[in-house]
Amino acid sequence: MIGCWGAVVVLTASALAALAAGRHGRAPSVIAAAGAVIAAGLALPSAIGSLAGAAPVELAVAWAPPIDELRIGIDPLSAFFIVPLVLLGAICGIYGAVYLDDQRTRRWLAVPACFYNLLVAAMLLVLISRDAIGFIVAWEVMTLTSYFLVAFDHTQPEVRRAGWVYLIASHLGVACVLSSFLLLGDGGFGFADIYAHPLGGASAVVAAVLALVGFGVKAGIVPLHVWLPEAHAAAPSHVSALMSGVMIKLGIYGILRTITFVGPAVPWGPILLGLGVVGALVGISLALYQRDIKRALAYSSVENIGIVLIGLGVGLWAAANGYPAIAALGLCGGLFHIWNHVIMKGLMFLGAGSLLHGAGTRDLDQMGGLVKRMPRTSALVILGTVAISALPPLNGFASEWLIYLGLTRGGIDAGPGSGLLLLFAVAAMATVGVLAVMCFVRIVGMALLGRARSDAAAQAHESGKGLVGPMAVLAVAAIAMPFLLPVLVGALAPVIEQLTGARFEAGIASDALGPLAILGIVLWVAIIVAFVAIRRLVRRRQVADTWGCGYLAPTPRMQYSGASFAEGIHRLLPRLLRARIVAQPSTELFPSPKDMQADRQDPFTRAAYEPLLDRGARRFGQLRWVQQGLLHLYILYVVLAVVVVIAIVSIRDYWVLP
Amino acid sequence: MTITDVAEAIGKVIVILAFPPFLLGVIARTKARVAGRDGPPLLQPYYDLVKLVAKDSVLSRTTTWVFLAGPAVALVAALVAAALVPIGSGRALWAFDGDFIALAYVLGLARYFTMAAALDTGSSFEGMGAAREATFACLAEPAFILGLLVLARATGSLSLSGFLGPAIVHVWSVGAASLVLVAAGLLLVLLAENSRIPVDDPNTHLELTMIHEVMILDHGGPLLGVILYGSSIKLFVFASLLVRIVIPLDHPAWLVWATFLAGLVAVAVVIGVIESAMARLRMPYVPALLLSGCLFCALALVLLVR
Amino acid sequence: MAALFDPLLVTVLLLNLFALGASRLRAVIGATALQGVCLGILAISAHAEITFEVVAVALVAIAVKAVIIPRLLYKAMRDAAIVRDVEPLIGLIPSLVIGALGTAFSVIFAQTLPLSPAQQGSLILPSSFATVLTGCVVLTTRRKAITQVVGYLILENGIFIMGLALLDALPFLVEVGVLLDLFVAIFVMGIIINHVSRDFESTDAAELTSLKE
Repeated sequence: MIGCWGAVVVLTASALAALAAGRHGRAPSVIAAAGAVIAAGLALPSAIGSLAGAAPVELAVAWAPPIDELRIGIDPLSAFFIVPLVLLGAICGIYGAVYLDDQRTRRWLAVPACFYNLLVAAMLLVLISRDAIGFIVAWEVMTLTSYFLVAFDHTQPEVRRAGWVYLIASHLGVACVLSSFLLLGDGGFGFADIYAHPLGGASAVVAAVLALVGFGVKAGIVPLHVWLPEAHAAAPSHVSALMSGVMIKLGIYGILRTITFVGPAVPWGPILLGLGVVGALVGISLALYQRDIKRALAYSSVENIGIVLIGLGVGLWAAANGYPAIAALGLCGGLFHIWNHVIMKGLMFLGAGSLLHGAGTRDLDQMGGLVKRMPRTSALVILGTVAISALPPLNGFASEWLIYLGLTRGGIDAGPGSGLLLLFAVAAMATVGVLAVMCFVRIVGMALLGRARSDAAAQAHESGKGLVGPMAVLAVAAIAMPFLLPVLVGALAPVIEQLTGARFEAGIASDALGPLAILGIVLWVAIIVAFVAIRRLVRRRQVADTWGCGYLAPTPRMQYSGASFAEGIHRLLPRLLRARIVAQPSTELFPSPKDMQADRQDPFTRAAYEPLLDRGARRFGQLRWVQQGLLHLYILYVVLAVVVVIAIVSIRDYWVLP
Repeated sequence: MTITDVAEAIGKVIVILAFPPFLLGVIARTKARVAGRDGPPLLQPYYDLVKLVAKDSVLSRTTTWVFLAGPAVALVAALVAAALVPIGSGRALWAFDGDFIALAYVLGLARYFTMAAALDTGSSFEGMGAAREATFACLAEPAFILGLLVLARATGSLSLSGFLGPAIVHVWSVGAASLVLVAAGLLLVLLAENSRIPVDDPNTHLELTMIHEVMILDHGGPLLGVILYGSSIKLFVFASLLVRIVIPLDHPAWLVWATFLAGLVAVAVVIGVIESAMARLRMPYVPALLLSGCLFCALALVLLVR
Repeated sequence: MAALFDPLLVTVLLLNLFALGASRLRAVIGATALQGVCLGILAISAHAEITFEVVAVALVAIAVKAVIIPRLLYKAMRDAAIVRDVEPLIGLIPSLVIGALGTAFSVIFAQTLPLSPAQQGSLILPSSFATVLTGCVVLTTRRKAITQVVGYLILENGIFIMGLALLDALPFLVEVGVLLDLFVAIFVMGIIINHVSRDFESTDAAELTSLKE
């Protein structure tokens, strides 16, 4: 417990020290990165201890009025999220220091370094807060610091817009969370008080819905996800990795915490399962046709959050209906997928950053052939995509495997209605899996393979150790996780028991993971042996141009582009989810120059949010007359407001007193 | 494990390694006979493999290690898939709860690297093949999984060996309609995943009609041999699933094996007849065909659960 | 020295009304300076025991409020060639009426507050609110930027008076109040009036409408 508070202090101190460390040297970034690493070392032991079964501890830290004291503490649910937070925070901190380094003469790098450490500190505070007020304050600090990080490249208009969208969406979310806490905190705002006075009936449902919406905005649940692609694409890559890896998981943390508050008053299982299936399908469908590699990765995060919700949903449903084995499988799968996604998405965003650094562009249609120019980055990115597509023998498959087992067993054991729905959920998840493979082969194929589509890509340079090192660490984690998971099931036991309140059968999950470890070893060994054997088979070789069915003069621009690759499945998507393409078809005998425009804006923004907000803005525009720009008038407004409040208060008291 | 178990396992391994190319030969011979020709010898694919492996290779200078990884992973995946599927009589070489998911995803791993190897050549032909392959896989996969889920629900097991073991005899008596629908759906999936007419034409060289063939255009010599062998094993895997569903025999072992092998040959003949009787579907209609496969399996599920 | 309290506070209230009704800028500034002197004396008499520090701090407060700041304001008036009249938006007599109403309102409001018996009959809270309201009226209804500064100073005097009421709880409030005055002096006047006289063609605050969309 002390370790976590110490970590917060270290992070804040290093953030401020970075600001004081000079304007143009490397010192600020190094100080901040060192702070992040030290903080990880401080926080991990207490988190691991809590997961290993230590009792929850609560501390009160004195603060200034009107809050009086901050209550902080660790319980297994917090510890579960603290572990990936501090580890990824340290890794991305090191990456960020190197990534931004070549801008150090033009920008004051202490600012993003400071905000980065403050962001990690704020997230850590969110996880260790044990009262609603501290939670909300830390959540706000998290939102504001991440806004400044997202808007780092604020000279570009789309980055400014992305930051703005992010800020608005986050604050709408906070408003809902705050309302939810106001309802829950009837008997006091500390978590202990909320646990002691559980709500019932209608107010519990309203609080649960508000919390789901508020935390859903942060987690990226469809249809509240529209800020995610904008913000994660605009932010610098190490920040995107942290946000996509850990920050959206804090939304899931919030939902899980609300589940522990509200309990069985709300049917969480079916709700999360439904949201998860929709989110996964929509997320991966939208990722398929993005041109910007980071937008595609952001939509993939939406998809993976959907899968996490599927796992948690089936687990909670099973726990509520008395199927302990299914609950074990589903919850283990969902929770492990959170950890696995941290690793995979962190690796992918850091890889995208390395590609951006080397090739100078995020646009898939400008890259190509980078395997030859950036071999180490490419190998790690390919590993990352195999992991994210949930293919054996890497870690993504292991967690989805548990979810599949849970869903299928649920489908077999449950009655006709629920069983059918669960089995269709399995089919939906399988579809998502194939779409994910397609999406990531597209990314790898366009960015890394083939020939360079632009001069920038043809001149790309490999990234240094500072960028490849953190990626390699995450890659090793992705490889090792399937073998570690049977052991780590024990660490999930306290978390699951806190969520479901029932005894957790660890054996079922670790038994299920056993064959997976064997499959992993078999595949690794067999693939390496086969690869080596095939290389020997082709040792008598000549090198020539690509034959391509005898086509005589191919140019790099004739390769399949991202849009062409995705076109087949894009045509099969529902009309709502497709991009808006304005094209003039060719009608003459001989081709003449034509125009085509593709609008890849998020369909939910285009169809729902933008019209709604436009209409609202027009209505509110009718109130424009209030703002005259005169200083006197504004002061008058303030004075009038104060006078009115005083009058109301005194009238109320005056009538009450006598 | 007794001596008979070990012997049976070794026998299955030999069948997996040696039998699949024979199916390709049967298909080619059937098509020739339907067309009024004599056709190549039944063992021609074996001769082809030997010839290919002995050749030199020409590699494109655009390609990298990914190009070699494609055939390697495809072969390994096909072998692992064959180990997971129960062949002959009794259980698979390796059975565990959830192995049907592992089967689907291992084949997905093969698909990933095959598509990546195709995109590695930097040619628009291979890119086109990869794009089409991805699109049709997205539709074939739900059909495949739904079919297996019908078996899961019907037999109450989570393993392929449980689906297709003794339990299936009982399922035929109770839910025959569902199993017929599943068999039809799985036949469509087989045609799609193994690049057979009416989804793809394995003998064509026109880019309008290619999916799988165009992805391997630049693989030649030993690489083509590896790919050919791997795809024959994949065909064997899907055909085994189909045969084990359709022929619900449980004992005696020699009869089951005999019917199994005969069933595989029958499936190959059926494929050959389909390929001779139908033309390849126009590309925009293939999704409709695969979707109907999905609907067959979904309907089977609904019938079963009701 | 509670005997001095009420007369001084009444003086402050009267100075408020004078500041509202005076038409010459120098008179308004003088009224504010005089208010500062009263507040300094109040600060001394509010303490139970009069030590050297208390007197010293009060003298500094008087120096800042009554000497330094008014001199800076006069200097600014000379440098910027500001016209000598206050230019009100709503007329002097209406300002006086509003000020009187505000004072009455403050007295009523102070009576409805749940005060401790020691503070019950005291004039501190009413005069504090009245001074704040006067400052707000000056801020709101005067055109020139320099009168806005004066309005802010009057507002601040009101807060200072409130601080005297809380002296038991927050003993350093007087010192902090003086620091705030210095802050005003250095920051507000040095920067704003400097820029107002140099950068803008007129010191008419009604022309600063760039906040309007």
